[in-house]
Amino acid sequence: MKTIVIKGARILGGEPADILIRDGVFAEIGQDLSGDETVDATGLIALPGLVDLHTHLREPGREDAETVESGTRAAALGGYTAVHAMANTDPVADTAGVVEQVWRLGQEAGHCDVRPVGAVTVGLDGERLAELGAMADSAARVRVFSDDGRCVSDAVLMRRALEYVKAFDGVVAQHAQEPRLTKDAQMNEGAVSGRLGLTGWPAVAEEAIIARDCLLAAHVGSRLHVCHLSTAGSVEIVRWAKSKGWDVTAEVTPHHLLLTDDLVEDSPVGSYNPIYKVNPPLRTRADVEALRAGLADGTIDCVATDHAPHPVEDKETEWAAAAMGMIGLETALSVVQEAMVETGLLDWAGVAERMSSAPARIGRVAEHGGPIEVGAPANVTLYDPAARAEVDPAGYASKSRNTPYQGRSLPGRVVATFLRGRPTVLDGKIA
Amino acid sequence: MKRHLISAADLSRDDALLILDTADELAKISERSIKKLPTLRGRTVVNLFFEDSTRTRISFEAAAKRLSADVINFSAKGSSVSKGESLKDTALTLEAMGADAVVIRHGASGAPHRLANWVRGSVVNAGDGTHEHPTQALLDAFTMRRRLGSLDGRKVTIVGDVLHSRVARSNVLLLATLGAEVTLVAPPTLLPVSVGSWPCEVSYDLDAVLPKSDVVMMLRVQRERMNAAFFPTEREYSRRYGLDRERVARLHDEAVVMHPGPMNRGMEIAAEVADSPRSTIVEQVTNGVTTRMAVLYLLLGGADLGGEIQ
Repeated sequence: MKTIVIKGARILGGEPADILIRDGVFAEIGQDLSGDETVDATGLIALPGLVDLHTHLREPGREDAETVESGTRAAALGGYTAVHAMANTDPVADTAGVVEQVWRLGQEAGHCDVRPVGAVTVGLDGERLAELGAMADSAARVRVFSDDGRCVSDAVLMRRALEYVKAFDGVVAQHAQEPRLTKDAQMNEGAVSGRLGLTGWPAVAEEAIIARDCLLAAHVGSRLHVCHLSTAGSVEIVRWAKSKGWDVTAEVTPHHLLLTDDLVEDSPVGSYNPIYKVNPPLRTRADVEALRAGLADGTIDCVATDHAPHPVEDKETEWAAAAMGMIGLETALSVVQEAMVETGLLDWAGVAERMSSAPARIGRVAEHGGPIEVGAPANVTLYDPAARAEVDPAGYASKSRNTPYQGRSLPGRVVATFLRGRPTVLDGKIA
Repeated sequence: MKRHLISAADLSRDDALLILDTADELAKISERSIKKLPTLRGRTVVNLFFEDSTRTRISFEAAAKRLSADVINFSAKGSSVSKGESLKDTALTLEAMGADAVVIRHGASGAPHRLANWVRGSVVNAGDGTHEHPTQALLDAFTMRRRLGSLDGRKVTIVGDVLHSRVARSNVLLLATLGAEVTLVAPPTLLPVSVGSWPCEVSYDLDAVLPKSDVVMMLRVQRERMNAAFFPTEREYSRRYGLDRERVARLHDEAVVMHPGPMNRGMEIAAEVADSPRSTIVEQVTNGVTTRMAVLYLLLGGADLGGEIQ
């Protein structure tokens, strides 16, 4: 295998150094290194390859919205070297057969590692446990289980799931949404929903489930991961659970770190534009500030995209008829730079921890999550923080275009991504 | 005025007064034996109704026809819409037919906002989900003005299911613009959690508010709310928030009683109250046509009105 030398990269934002990659691992880090091929990284920041705990790749079932191939291309272009593919496909990823199919499609595409998430319950129906052990033992080695999009609202079933996955070091990733409190819910319940006449999705519906699940996880001594925190109250509850020493982790999406519910009323793309319809919904400025603070102080462990592709016809509708979700793989790092780095809340080491190391730890993804040091697998992302461009989804690798950032200018650009020493992205394009 | 009438918030005080003054002029025509004006001859108004609402549709239809516009009624039932056509495709179809104005009634809040992205003509919101119904608020204001004169400082009490009411939302916005003082009265379950940020007062006690009210507007209680634990029983609702004869007796002599219809007689309003001289319910229907004529006339930039009426 040829050697590659990355010249002058600032590892985690530090002083420029050369990185020599040989046989898929970092072979040497220093000055004036040379190799068979050279990648100029002057001015670029080197981060460990990003890891996403929450991606919807839509295959099998909705290949019109995304495929494993297109979604992992988007992931690589966003700086990711591993993604977790959510289970709400058709058929649902609730058997060893489906998770192995998704895992194999990821291998064939080769843009990044795909770690399938297994459904907690059969068909996501919240009634009986899926064969979690079979998925864990399969070639896909599933460790994260989630009914994402649906909440495991039955307290007994949630308790059993939390207990059961202990046998294979799994984790239940809960989409916290009390279903009765959110029947027909359309957006955050607050001043904007009241004015717009849209059925509210109250913060308490998220917080009540998180509080219950933290208590359950503590009771049975298991590991809980909370998906896409969206409210200030959720941050408080997770902070409290962690203060007790309980094994609770949490994620936040890029969009909940930047966007607020008033965009539904008034935005550059009009009122009631379903491009802003997402679950959990966009909340208030106070929630955004609390989420940023929680991510900065480690209460929230990681950023996860909840990349949720939808075809145009599912968004070009009246609000109530539109699908929930936003794409995010190709803008995640830029949004985190804007929300967390440019505000002084995180440095680049902090970004690496929250977008690579922490999600790799939570998902038990071996060989991802850094560090960038001699002997480690050469999963690395080169990022230019000085770039700035207007978001234009026309050029995205994702098959879908439902980005909420269209027309907005965002900082930063992923220049290159390496997966075990092999470039998946060079000069901002698929290699 | 803006090109569309989607929310009562789109109207400045001057816009609202212009519509009401224009409606006053047009009301004179309704009193003539020949009720038709040539103003909008050759213009096309589409009534695009995704929900059944015969009352509102025929009101708009009469308004457009009295201005000599061509009217196309597009009802979602039995049309391509019921076969799964999207709002956007329906809009593009209407656009291709050259609609100058689209009057839309839709079950989804915000549907008129979306429609306005896809058609060049004016969009008039004839009721969207639980959001707004601005022409209802205009006809209500017109009716109040005819009975009470200026609305400045008038005390208007709106009673009932505010949470799900497009009539209440539009009325609160328009009446605030026109200087009236609005009080919403409802059980707490039927008020938005954020109602404190609205430009109005809120009370749970109808009896306390009635003596100082110049207008009492009763909202319809939808059947589907009755089974969803918003209140224990119909009778309890009626006892606490219904307008019966005893409650009407607490009103001062000039105070009027309004209802946007259709009514649940015996539920939110007693039959003898609905039929009493205080009631403006039938006038509201008449005034609906006149007010909608004014809206269409102003949005579509009809020829000079002064010359035609004389």
